[in-house]
Amino acid sequence: MCTSARLLLSRNLGMSKYLLPVILFFILTSFLFVGLYRDPTEVSSPLLGKPVPQFSLPRLADSEAVFSQDEFLGKVSLLNVWASWCVACREEHPVLTELAHRHEVILYGLNYKDDTADARQYLIEHGDPYRASAVDASGRVGIEWGVYGVPETFVVDKNGIIRYKHIGVITWRDVEEKLLPLIGQLQNETL
Amino acid sequence: MRKACCLVAVFLLCAGVLAQPGALAPEHEARYYALLDELRCLVCQNQTIAESDAHLAKDLRDEVKKMLQAGATDSEITEFMVNRYGDFVLYRPPVKPRTWLLWFGPLVFLVIALAALAQVVRKQKSAGSAALSEAEQAKVDSILSRPEE
Repeated sequence: MCTSARLLLSRNLGMSKYLLPVILFFILTSFLFVGLYRDPTEVSSPLLGKPVPQFSLPRLADSEAVFSQDEFLGKVSLLNVWASWCVACREEHPVLTELAHRHEVILYGLNYKDDTADARQYLIEHGDPYRASAVDASGRVGIEWGVYGVPETFVVDKNGIIRYKHIGVITWRDVEEKLLPLIGQLQNETL
Repeated sequence: MRKACCLVAVFLLCAGVLAQPGALAPEHEARYYALLDELRCLVCQNQTIAESDAHLAKDLRDEVKKMLQAGATDSEITEFMVNRYGDFVLYRPPVKPRTWLLWFGPLVFLVIALAALAQVVRKQKSAGSAALSEAEQAKVDSILSRPEE
């Protein structure tokens, strides 16, 4: 009697009773699994799809000349936020150089919170892949661009719209898998 | 007299140093600190820009101060930050379809848990009060009347 009652119980409840925790377990672990491959320090920018911010800064090569948002119009270009004090920037410098010289990507620099003399010296030592660099000594224009860590790189389309933001060091893999395909696609867009 | 002068000078110097971080009108000060506590430092993400020593946090504090002095409202200042750094910069993200799960998820889980608890309690109650059939009662009696070994 007792065993038959238990059997009856398990037949009615058993499936949901044992299956439910298993299902919950898999839902939880799938969330955790996805979380493993996400970087919480990469915060997507609200500037994507918006025009580049308005700004006006002196150029590194010639502090009399002005670098403004108009520079980005009419061509696909990259804006790389860099500084001579930024160690990670040294790591991506060869990649930027290759991008600018071999792939003929138009690269601009935003020299962020740097000493101008140090910045010039850095480019003499490591080579200058930038068509021009804007000097943002106070970091105020960096705030306009939503910069929170150096290096950061923005891809700007022909209409001066920010289309992509890369946070952190650019690797060869980023270049091949993300940047070059995106630049190619943007170059095919009409003005 | 000279001593007194010295003391006054020292006092004024100290007051000047203490007043430095303010440089804010008293009516702005409370709002300034309240705003800093609402804004996340993106460099060290678990700190507010009030707590963080990161350069960016300092720049953003200065920006908040400047905007306050220029007469901006609290919502104008938070909007300024959100437009540049996204909702993540706010410690209390706004309620909108994308954040519904974040805001109401815990409540949903609580309701589910309470419903499950209610069901379990109900089941136990009904199981406890179930009357035994005559045959079952007879069996119970025969077991209980068995002499102890």
